Amino acid sequence: MAETAAASTFVERAHKVLGNTKLRGNFRRAMDGLMAKRAAQFADIAAWKSLRARGAAAKRRVLARLPELLEQLEANCTANGIKVHWAETTHEANSIVLKILQDHDARTIVKGKSMVSEEMHLNAFLQKHGIEAIESDLGEYIIQLAGEAPSHIVMPCIHKDKGEIAELFTRHIDGQPYTEDVAELTDAARRVLRSRFAAADAGLSGVNFAVAETGTLVLIENEGNGRLSTTLPPLHIAVMGIEKLVETLDDIPPLLSLLPRSATGQSITTYVNMITSPRKPGEKDGPQEVHLVLLDNGRSRVYADNQLRDTLRCIRCGACMNHCPVYARVGGHTYNAVYPGPIGKILTPQLDGIAVAGDLPHACTLCNACVEICPVNIPIADIMVRLRREAVHPSDSPAVMGAGCKHTATEAAVWAGWKKMYASPALYRMGAKMMQRFGNMMPGGMPLLKEWTSVRTRPVFAKKTLHELAKEQGYSDV
Amino acid sequence: MTPASAYPVPPRPATVYYFGTCLVDLFYPDAGLAGMDLLRREGLKVVFPQNQTCCGQPARNTGMYEEARAVARAQFKAFPNPWPIIVPSGSCAGMMRMHYPELFAGEPDQAEAEAFASRVYELTWFLVHVLDIQLKDKGEPLTVTWHGSCHSVREMGVTDEPKELLRRLSNVTLVENPREKECCGFGGTFAVRMPEVSGAMVTDKVASIEGTGAAQMVTGDCGCLMNISGAMAKSGSPVKPRHIAEFLKERTNG
Repeated sequence: MAETAAASTFVERAHKVLGNTKLRGNFRRAMDGLMAKRAAQFADIAAWKSLRARGAAAKRRVLARLPELLEQLEANCTANGIKVHWAETTHEANSIVLKILQDHDARTIVKGKSMVSEEMHLNAFLQKHGIEAIESDLGEYIIQLAGEAPSHIVMPCIHKDKGEIAELFTRHIDGQPYTEDVAELTDAARRVLRSRFAAADAGLSGVNFAVAETGTLVLIENEGNGRLSTTLPPLHIAVMGIEKLVETLDDIPPLLSLLPRSATGQSITTYVNMITSPRKPGEKDGPQEVHLVLLDNGRSRVYADNQLRDTLRCIRCGACMNHCPVYARVGGHTYNAVYPGPIGKILTPQLDGIAVAGDLPHACTLCNACVEICPVNIPIADIMVRLRREAVHPSDSPAVMGAGCKHTATEAAVWAGWKKMYASPALYRMGAKMMQRFGNMMPGGMPLLKEWTSVRTRPVFAKKTLHELAKEQGYSDV
Repeated sequence: MTPASAYPVPPRPATVYYFGTCLVDLFYPDAGLAGMDLLRREGLKVVFPQNQTCCGQPARNTGMYEEARAVARAQFKAFPNPWPIIVPSGSCAGMMRMHYPELFAGEPDQAEAEAFASRVYELTWFLVHVLDIQLKDKGEPLTVTWHGSCHSVREMGVTDEPKELLRRLSNVTLVENPREKECCGFGGTFAVRMPEVSGAMVTDKVASIEGTGAAQMVTGDCGCLMNISGAMAKSGSPVKPRHIAEFLKERTNG
């Protein structure tokens, strides 16, 4: 899938999904269910607004002084016995992880869910160096068996139905008979993963929130796999993007209330893990060593721009995906990006550059459904438009890699003509007259009209414009 | 009951400007005129500046800010007096009210843009909150469903106002569409940049409208109207699509 996707555009990839009625049905049902569950959680609109204001404020405060708070986090983690590493690029982050693992002679690692490790393409990197990484989140485990990337940041295998998972398990798990019974399938995965937890040399996890004040890593999860992978192996490596920070422990409750309710419609997750140090003398469990890798990968560039910075408030709940009418039609793989959906449409071009992901901000009708439900109030639509601008304006944007690379002389000329016509009332009225007379005679095969009429009849120019009717009906001009 | 308003309600003016929008001007002038007639019938003087053109949204949404500003400036000139500006489209109203201030941030005419923006009102919102229009239904019994445009709902805060107007028509039964707030897939250039995705969205939208069993679909935005009615015509849908201004005027025989 990944190879064919690499050379294609969003539109081409969407075409494949749109032709797959089963996949479309899977997405539609899943998204409808998630939207209903979330709505039930936030039925009290006033309470939702006030909670969201608290969540957004917590993230906004962090972003107001991120560099300083990161230093505080480092100091407190170090004081607690957690070893902190800084990585500017994903390659650096991968190398740091590899070095730690090699220092410990680790051959297998068990992973809790981490989108940053997806961003790093860590599993493939480790495999090249002879280290096996096993995903322990059920969804991640399933797509690892399938050799796919996640199609959603919270529910990575949401595109698959029971039958597909049953087939995968029969093929990959020894002695596993074909069954679509969900409990039996879960049991099968659990049996495989249990032995892996016990045998792994190291555990690797993401971080939902890191508390600067206390040097605490907060991880939330539903399956217990996160706890097992950060507790059983002797070595724990946590990887996080530098924006996953909060100031104090007091910021955690509103965010813990917002995240799962926005994501899956659960009032709370089953497990909340708070890791503040490696195992201390006399303690019965926990890793002997804990490392934290802080990854930049373009985030400080995003941070430097006042408007784009809001992107970094994201707490990775995925609610924007669940509510996006485009995502619901095409699914996560169509974005060909680690982060799909609305947040991915603004985050990916900023992290990977416009040359790579410049078409993503256009995969959006600016309907604002994502803005309406974002638990930390990110102005996704405004940033989307800003990135469209960055794509066509060469001069104006050190913040985004590849700014201006989608600028074409043709498009510039079209918009110059548009401006001329609409900024000059006399020209506009003349143009409108021409449209009335000749517009309906435009050949159906011409660009734009051809695309439009694939599922719609062509719009018909009226015989008289409103300008003319208003005059005829005696409406004053001044 | 009158719905709660998203922002302060101004006093009733004697004179209002009418901004027709370019789509209305070229494709749905009767809908545009109906809105003006409704306002005039309520005793207001309605001024339609012949020098108006377009709000500039297509350029702004494509990232062409200079071009959008140039076109917006032409509107500042065409609407010089401090009267409210009534717009029969949530999308263009949203552009002018919500996006002009940010589009002109740091520009020499920022204050002018902000003052202009604060005078912009969506038609149905204005009819309900400012005029509290009473409607005498003269039509036959009819079932309709409402399509709320994304920008009306989420930018202009127009949520229940149009439905309130429909409810004031005694012979009209409003049937709710469970997918009422879902985008129809128009999105301006989106419809032609990503025709297939847009096509899937509008096809689903039409199906949800037909699923309500309503005889007519009423909406307040000509972008959505063009998209949905085009898809309905192509598929031979039995539902009749209407702009709310035209619908209200016809029902009340204005």
